[in-house]
Amino acid sequence: MTLLTDELVALIGTEVAPFEFEITRGDIKKYAVATGQRQRRYLDGDEAPLLFLFSAMMPVIPLDELLPDGRQPDSPLIPELPLKRIMAGGSDYRVHRPARAGEVLVCRQKLADLYEKQGGSGPLIFMIFENRFETRTGEPVVTEYLTRIAR
Amino acid sequence: MSTTKIQEGDTLPGREFKADTVQLFLYNAAIWNPHRIHYDLPYTREQEGHPGLLIDGPLQGDWLTQIIEEWLGDRGVLTAFRYSNRQAAYIGEVLAGEGHVTDRDGDSVTLSLALRNQEGATTTVATASVRVDPGH
Repeated sequence: MTLLTDELVALIGTEVAPFEFEITRGDIKKYAVATGQRQRRYLDGDEAPLLFLFSAMMPVIPLDELLPDGRQPDSPLIPELPLKRIMAGGSDYRVHRPARAGEVLVCRQKLADLYEKQGGSGPLIFMIFENRFETRTGEPVVTEYLTRIAR
Repeated sequence: MSTTKIQEGDTLPGREFKADTVQLFLYNAAIWNPHRIHYDLPYTREQEGHPGLLIDGPLQGDWLTQIIEEWLGDRGVLTAFRYSNRQAAYIGEVLAGEGHVTDRDGDSVTLSLALRNQEGATTTVATASVRVDPGH
């Protein structure tokens, strides 16, 4: 049985408007302390640890727009699927160079792929999102491939 | 820092991580994560069916990058990192991080890493690539 209709497959390649975020020394220092970091360049806020970029994906929206479980609403890139339970599937980062304090990065998000597999307890749909972090002039900094799995 | 060359089979120094409520609060504030499962214990138990507050998956990913960079020092740079969370980890658990070199091809070194809880169950796995500087 094919769960992915032509309409769903046609969504592959969909992008949302890019957004910018500023990497501040103060934010890096807080992140470094909170993660138990021991490297001086992170504790001093000179460079951002790789997973610091996860925080860039958290939208800062008004309190009354948060969901009952506290979360921000899901990305508009997540399609309406026939399988409703969404799980995290991991992240794959390609590091072009470190992100540094004071930089403004642009994040370009795309639904890079959709495919289905037969899992042990039923069908699964894999969603691959590409998050490209680059400078305003287009220099790549980090590219993330984030997998989410619907079951 | 070791002066011997990095080679397949090398073991990275392990490190134990134990997040308490203060650290978990600060982490979720730092990344702006308002999900209740990281700070609202009654909600987490009654609505989500978890026995305790959950340690964020990306925090565990970060811990594994720390193991890599503490081992690597100034001998090279992290060029790729891939992780996935395998099962929930709860506040109060001690997660032991470990890693080893699975391959070396020229200046490119591949690593495999994992975090395990006190029962020995794997909560997070990762693979990584680092590019090492000449002489290492």
